[in-house]
Amino acid sequence: MAPYIGTATSRVDGLAKVTGTAKYAAEYNAPGLAHASMVGATIAKGRITRIDTTAALRVDGVITVLTHENRPPLADNDQAYNDDVAPEGTPFRPLYDGRIIFNGQPIALVVANTLEAARFAASLVRADYLTEPHVTDIHTKRDRGLAVKDPITPLDALFAPPKQRGAPGPALDGADVRHDGEYYVPIEHHNPMEPFASTAVVESDGRLTIYDKTQGVQNVQRYLCSVLGLKQDDVRVISTFVGGAFGVGLRPQFQAVLAALAARALGRSVRVVLTRQQMYVLGYRPAMIQRIVVGANANGTLNAITHDAVTVTSQHENYYRQETGWSGLLYSCANAKYAHRLAKLDLPTACDMRGPSAATGVYALECAMDELAAALKIDPVELRLRCYSDRDQHDNRPYSSKALRECYHQGAEAFGWHTRNPEPRAMRDGSELVGWGMASGVWDAFQAAITVRIRLSANGHAEVACATSDIGTGTATVMTQVAADMLGLPLDSVSVLLGDSTLPASPVEGGSWIAASVSNGIAATADAIRKELLRLAALMPDSSLSGTEADDVGLVDGMLVSRRDNARAVSIADAMRHSAVDQIEREITTNPIEDAARAHNTHSAVFAEVKVDEQLGVIRVTRVVSAIAAGRIVNTKTATSQILGGVVWGIGMALHEETAIDHRFGRVMNANFAEYHVPVHADVHNIKVIFVDEADDSNPLGIKGVGEIGIVGVAAAIANAVHHATGKRVRDLPITLDKLLGKPS
Amino acid sequence: MINFQYARAVSVSEAVRLMAGTPGAKFIAGGTNLVDLMKMDVERPTALIDVSRLPLDTVEETPGGGLHIGALVRNSDLAYHPLVERRYPVLSSALLAGASQQLRNMASIGGNLLQRTRCAYFYDVATPCNKREAGSGCSALGGLNRMNAILGTSDNCIAVHPSDMCVALAALEAKVHVTGTRGERVIAFADFHRLPEAEPQRDNNLAADELVTGIELPQRGFETHYSYLKIRDRSSYAFALVSVAVCLELGGGRIREARLALGGVAHKPWRDAGAEAALSGQSANEATFMRAAALVLSKAKGFGHNTFKIDLARRAVVRALSQAAGGTPQSQSNKKIA
Ligand SMILES: Cc1cc2nc3c(=O)[nH]c(=O)nc-3n(C[C@H](O)[C@H](O)[C@H](O)COP(=O)(O)OP(=O)(O)OC[C@H]3O[C@@H](n4cnc5c(N)ncnc54)[C@H](O)[C@@H]3O)c2cc1C
Ligand code: SF4
Repeated sequence: MAPYIGTATSRVDGLAKVTGTAKYAAEYNAPGLAHASMVGATIAKGRITRIDTTAALRVDGVITVLTHENRPPLADNDQAYNDDVAPEGTPFRPLYDGRIIFNGQPIALVVANTLEAARFAASLVRADYLTEPHVTDIHTKRDRGLAVKDPITPLDALFAPPKQRGAPGPALDGADVRHDGEYYVPIEHHNPMEPFASTAVVESDGRLTIYDKTQGVQNVQRYLCSVLGLKQDDVRVISTFVGGAFGVGLRPQFQAVLAALAARALGRSVRVVLTRQQMYVLGYRPAMIQRIVVGANANGTLNAITHDAVTVTSQHENYYRQETGWSGLLYSCANAKYAHRLAKLDLPTACDMRGPSAATGVYALECAMDELAAALKIDPVELRLRCYSDRDQHDNRPYSSKALRECYHQGAEAFGWHTRNPEPRAMRDGSELVGWGMASGVWDAFQAAITVRIRLSANGHAEVACATSDIGTGTATVMTQVAADMLGLPLDSVSVLLGDSTLPASPVEGGSWIAASVSNGIAATADAIRKELLRLAALMPDSSLSGTEADDVGLVDGMLVSRRDNARAVSIADAMRHSAVDQIEREITTNPIEDAARAHNTHSAVFAEVKVDEQLGVIRVTRVVSAIAAGRIVNTKTATSQILGGVVWGIGMALHEETAIDHRFGRVMNANFAEYHVPVHADVHNIKVIFVDEADDSNPLGIKGVGEIGIVGVAAAIANAVHHATGKRVRDLPITLDKLLGKPS
Repeated sequence: MINFQYARAVSVSEAVRLMAGTPGAKFIAGGTNLVDLMKMDVERPTALIDVSRLPLDTVEETPGGGLHIGALVRNSDLAYHPLVERRYPVLSSALLAGASQQLRNMASIGGNLLQRTRCAYFYDVATPCNKREAGSGCSALGGLNRMNAILGTSDNCIAVHPSDMCVALAALEAKVHVTGTRGERVIAFADFHRLPEAEPQRDNNLAADELVTGIELPQRGFETHYSYLKIRDRSSYAFALVSVAVCLELGGGRIREARLALGGVAHKPWRDAGAEAALSGQSANEATFMRAAALVLSKAKGFGHNTFKIDLARRAVVRALSQAAGGTPQSQSNKKIA
């Protein structure tokens, strides 16, 4: 039997998804289910002085209106609202009191027999406010930012700016060429297709089952228990399918609290579905102002780099990621320095969004490198090869693997980069200027502790269970492939259970760590099953495997087979039946292998072609090649989809995406898919994905994860291509056509 | 979203009667605009009078050699109608530049004419907006106004009419047929939509009880020299930053007649008689086009975010004129600008 790992296996749940039998959080029903509609605040900061629900309550079919004045009890301490991925600070408490800390904040929940009645009544809830001055514009606070504190814990160190190395000041002064630029990325919102929703079902014994849209069922489960003061057994959270989340589902979101609160108050099942507009108050990619200074020698080696960043967070929590450190990590450079400050604004807390910190930080770095290449008159790919580093620059340690050089070579080859005319505005196609740009990408190859349970039945069926989510990336498919290979079973003899808080422990799904973590967890658990099978096989009379060491047998096509002599084999079914064992169950927790001596990263090289109408500034991204080095690719089909999605998102980041806030109201004004632009089909042309071979031994299967790396570098490659086409350097994203009108800079 | 009554009209007279007898009612056709606005609480009709089944869904040739288009013809059906494709290609093109295929399959001609502005503040009841609530103020002035008007604005409102189709209809000098309790009348296209002036809450000159029954196209369709050029923030499914409909009649190397209408720049499709006059009789070259473009935009006024539209519109007018003159109209399927 050929292995499934490494193949383009179609999604195991694809049929269920496209035929609509896969159920999402808002699609679960329960007897007597009530429907709720949320009411959001219309001011950015202040206090509710009066909230009037009488008109809403008069609407036919309305059951109740929950507000901070009449809600059931909620925990009264910050600790209770903490969650696995909460940043430092005071977490937001939904419907807790009359304080308003961001525009759109939930202030009431109308529960009714029908969605229509709930929604109508919600429009009748009136609130009076005492407003306080608010600030929602990063630019007004750019010079008054709070410095990110020095790291205390290893987790802090992951996100805080790395320590300075060398003496960047003098090094910059002595540089042959110096580039100094400021880059800006606006607030962006995740906009997963599936709306955020929770269906809170009151079971016959009074316990709650919450069908939730989340990236971490156990995180939500623990959070709800502590917020509502419930026992661990009283709440179960299920999220079998997730229609995209991209980071905004990492933390428990307020609709889950609202649904659970209403279900508790009424003793009745309640569903809350947020509208698209309401999803614009969940979380967002923080806007980022960044200044990069790079100094280089005439030969194209770097001698110093400094990266200063200001990013947005809320007044109540300090969210930040490693926004600056990528700059000093990627290229060989003896001197580096970073600074990161937080603009605390009257907004919800920022949160992780696809490639958090790298998508934005590397955008600036890779544009700066392009500007440097132009100043040095060195080809952009060549410059990166001259600065290439085989060692992690922060800690001066080797990488477990780094095939970025191959990414440059294979990407450039596939793109046809060598025919590029380096002069801006030198290439055209009729009325359009043609530009070619490139950028590197980098992301972490994380792994986390995870628990996997496998039950193997004597009839040859295996059930693999883990509480992880499948946020649409194909986790269930990858789990099935790995289990099938490790257990020597056909794909359809493996079933997967996930997205249920009662299953074995998993961290939230994010950061691209689940594929590696769960796959290795499955491999370890399957190993234990194999050992047990061998023990049983050896008990059989005249067993051909007696005396064989566990490491010497494999599972192939339903048989235990000696690796030395495949004539020595015992059927799994026979071995189990002989000992009257119907099922073997193993549950194992795997921890990532300690490997601090090496750095663990994924890399990419992205090449983009744009065509820009010379007169009108209209930009089309006509070609993208993305060459990825991310260890072993478990499923080339779902992995390619991840990269394609990342590239499309990168096109949006470069050209379209921007959350428009009217700072007078502190309110998002384009909270819908008509006005908040993401690429449509017509914006997406030819995209080629290349996976470069990269052997890695940091975990038994050599997996690194591909969820984030696809977006990193794309916006920079496009911005660089726009410069190459037009001679105009637009450093503020998105690059809309108005920024290209007028004379070349 | 509010509770409302619903009635389906079976004839034009019944529709008009129901409307006249139901204060606060609204007609509904495809619902692609009205239902969105109801969900956002912007429109709060007491009743919906469904006109979508009225027998106004045909395209017929008129005795005068033109076309009569029923108000309930779908946007997509009209765009692909053989007579429209052949004789009024600028209209077909403008229709296909609008919205998405799914929306065009639902949207009616009458609804397209009466669709409301996309100004962000108009859509959000938590913000002041004179068009939504007379006298509350205009948030777009001094606010986010990238999508707002640069021509014909007033201190009360700088919204644009977002339709693509209407820009072509303005250039073609269509007529709007309406029926109300006082009978039928025909409104010249230029007189149908209004400028905001002191009453931005009124988009057009239709009386409260009047139903649009159809659009009449005159005989001239400018099938050789035309273009509809739409400039937007992404390649499809976005409203125009600026759009230009051009219809030319050329002869002996000169422009005999020019029609020029702009979308995305004003509260109504924008025509400029002076600019059109400046084109006629001139040879069709870049200098002529630039003169006309400068004239159209001479009174334009920007409000910050949208100031770039003045320059953009000028360039778009020049390009659309050269596309039309060269017989190379803008394709709506190939997004590369011709
Ligand atoms: C996401 C999105 C993107 C869009 N993009 C574009 C675009 O790029 N370009 C563009 O031009 N349009 C665009 N549209 C708008 C679309 O063209 C209109 O929504 C559509 O034409 C309205 O037609 P309808 O039949 O659905 O109208 P309805 O929603 O049914 O009605 C709209 C209005 O017209 C009134 N009405 C309807 N029929 C009549 C009648 N016969 N007589 C009197 N009053 C009537 C209704 O009372 C209502 O006030 C977009 C819409 C959406 C939702
Ligand atoms: S421009 Fe018109 S529609 Fe927009 S806020 Fe002002 S008054 Fe309202």
